Amino acid sequence: MEIFGVPLQAFLGQIILGLVNGAFYAVLSLGLAIIFGLLRIVNFAHGAFFMTGAFVAFILGRHLNLGYWSSLLAVPVVVGLFGVLFERLFLRRIYGLDPIYGLLLTFGLVLVIEGGFRVAFGSSGHPFPTPPELRGVWDLGFMILPVYRAFVIGVAVVVCLATWFIIEKTRVGAYLRAATERPDLTRAFGINVPLLLTLTYGSGVGLAAFAGVLAAPIQHVYPSMGSDLVIIVFAIVVIGGLGSIMGSAVTGLGLGVIEGLTKVYYSQASATVVFLVMALVLLLRPAGLFGREET
Amino acid sequence: MVKSLHISLAASAALAFSALPSIAQVSDDVVRIGVLGDLSGIYSDLSGKGAIEAVKMAAEDFGGTVLGKKIDVVSADHLNKPDVGAAKAREWFDTGGVDLINDLANSGVARAVAGVAKEKKRHVIVNGASNMGITNELCSPYAIHYAYDAYSLAHGTGKAVVEQGGKTWFFLTVDFAFGIGLEQQVSNVVRANKGRVVGAARHPLATTDFSSYILQAQASKAEIIGVASTGADAVNAIKAAVEFGATKNQKLAALLLWIEDVHSLGLPAAQGLLLTNAWYWDMNEDTRKFAKRFFDRVGKMPNMAQAADYSSTMFYLNAVKAAGTDDADKVSAKMRETKVHDMFTKDGHVRADGRFVHDMYLWQVKTPAESKAPWDYLKPVATIPAEQAFQPLSESTCPLVKK
Repeated sequence: MEIFGVPLQAFLGQIILGLVNGAFYAVLSLGLAIIFGLLRIVNFAHGAFFMTGAFVAFILGRHLNLGYWSSLLAVPVVVGLFGVLFERLFLRRIYGLDPIYGLLLTFGLVLVIEGGFRVAFGSSGHPFPTPPELRGVWDLGFMILPVYRAFVIGVAVVVCLATWFIIEKTRVGAYLRAATERPDLTRAFGINVPLLLTLTYGSGVGLAAFAGVLAAPIQHVYPSMGSDLVIIVFAIVVIGGLGSIMGSAVTGLGLGVIEGLTKVYYSQASATVVFLVMALVLLLRPAGLFGREET
Repeated sequence: MVKSLHISLAASAALAFSALPSIAQVSDDVVRIGVLGDLSGIYSDLSGKGAIEAVKMAAEDFGGTVLGKKIDVVSADHLNKPDVGAAKAREWFDTGGVDLINDLANSGVARAVAGVAKEKKRHVIVNGASNMGITNELCSPYAIHYAYDAYSLAHGTGKAVVEQGGKTWFFLTVDFAFGIGLEQQVSNVVRANKGRVVGAARHPLATTDFSSYILQAQASKAEIIGVASTGADAVNAIKAAVEFGATKNQKLAALLLWIEDVHSLGLPAAQGLLLTNAWYWDMNEDTRKFAKRFFDRVGKMPNMAQAADYSSTMFYLNAVKAAGTDDADKVSAKMRETKVHDMFTKDGHVRADGRFVHDMYLWQVKTPAESKAPWDYLKPVATIPAEQAFQPLSESTCPLVKK
């Protein structure tokens, strides 16, 4: 059986691979969406934090012999703290200004972080071993699926659901949502809004670093691994609707699949298809697929 | 009126002076060499700082001056964009007083800059790129393709793999001048040896996820997966092939692998791969000596392009000295009649089409057990003699070749 000239087996394989990539897009765009939703900051440094996460895991593994599982827990905290510091020292000062300032500031940070890692580690990249428990492959019949990739999909879904749960169903989440909609009123109720903002930025950055650790065994660890990804992730956030949490997650997975299928049918366009979708969505639904028109 | 008369008098005096043959002539009292490479992108380990240092080492070893004038080394980042590279080259030639542009990693950039050099009548030496256009349709008396090219890679690794029995090929090709040119050259070799190309997948430069392409390669059932990319692309492709079990039933042929790529892959993943390189740091006493000095400055071993950056800069400076001028035509003529014997090659010379011919070498990546020290990665398999390693002059479409 063939689907548009491609054997069904290859077709299914591409969908699964698309889901793996989509998982990264989902986790990254989730962090971006949260940060934008609350801080109104277009966090261009998201890719750089993703890459920093991978590098910190690599450095901890090499020098402190920290295993993969400990890294998966420790690295988001370490990089998240760096995010907190950045928010307190720099980002805080530009909240009232035009969003373009946030974009410029975080873009500058990208250049500094990437340049620093390039000077220290070179551009070629470093191998990162897959944790022994997740080595090996599953033969699905229609494709060979490395166990680790399946693990990535699973983890991404759990992370997205957990984030959604925290924001929609818990008290902290309620504060967050309140602070997003009416910051001054929330403050009047005695809630520490600046602290909320700092924590939100820290968690968003931690989420990016988490994705970085997840990606390290799949890709090599190299300085431009984040910027290769972040542009696509931005497009995904725009498609999903800025500030919409579930929207970003679902769009991330969906576009991973669309991109994967493009690689089969016309691989030259695989780098542009996401932007094509973005242009279409902006034409037809300017607020994004899951976004609401701002009032 | 009087003023303009003065100027024209001065100008004719200057002209008359410059026509005197016996005095060494160096334009703007400096011989300036521009290193135009990838300083920040995907190829910056292959070119980048190492390329700049190699050219600086050559300038220093030459004594810092030629014909009594200072040798100056400048550098710029072409960002892997042909338009950026061409604009920089134009600026350097027009107002920067640059006499030679060296390195030129990235085939797209190298092609663009070779065009500018032809128009401006200044020298370029291509070490980092492989595109055959440099010595064919884009050839000029001012362009030399020095280290390697797509033909030599195809007749090294490509031919060796076909002869080992790999008859059906599927290519994973990076989608620009370099990858497409390389795929073409290797396809020619495959067909000439009664092999067959069953398909190709083209991916953009700096692709992070190759799993989809690997799946296509597996579905093609080809015996050989030809990786027509280099640097991080090739590393990621090979890694994905191993991860998805493609190496169980199919064999990989990495068509341009650098010593840095082997370093980055690690020996467990890279062992056994064949690769064609013009030079390796551990060939003899001279290469080891150069490599050690380079390592002390850059912190890693030099690759073939960086060794060629050094060697070709020396070659150019010697030609300037011998010609007694940095006039591009005279230096070009001198370079085409001089042979090179140095740590890069024991016997190299430039042909009419600008191809610098020398022996190439087929290497195999060592197993972790065979490797005795860091950067001890390659063992020699075969020498590809100069006359077989490069496109025969008779096949060149360069108009400078007399037929």
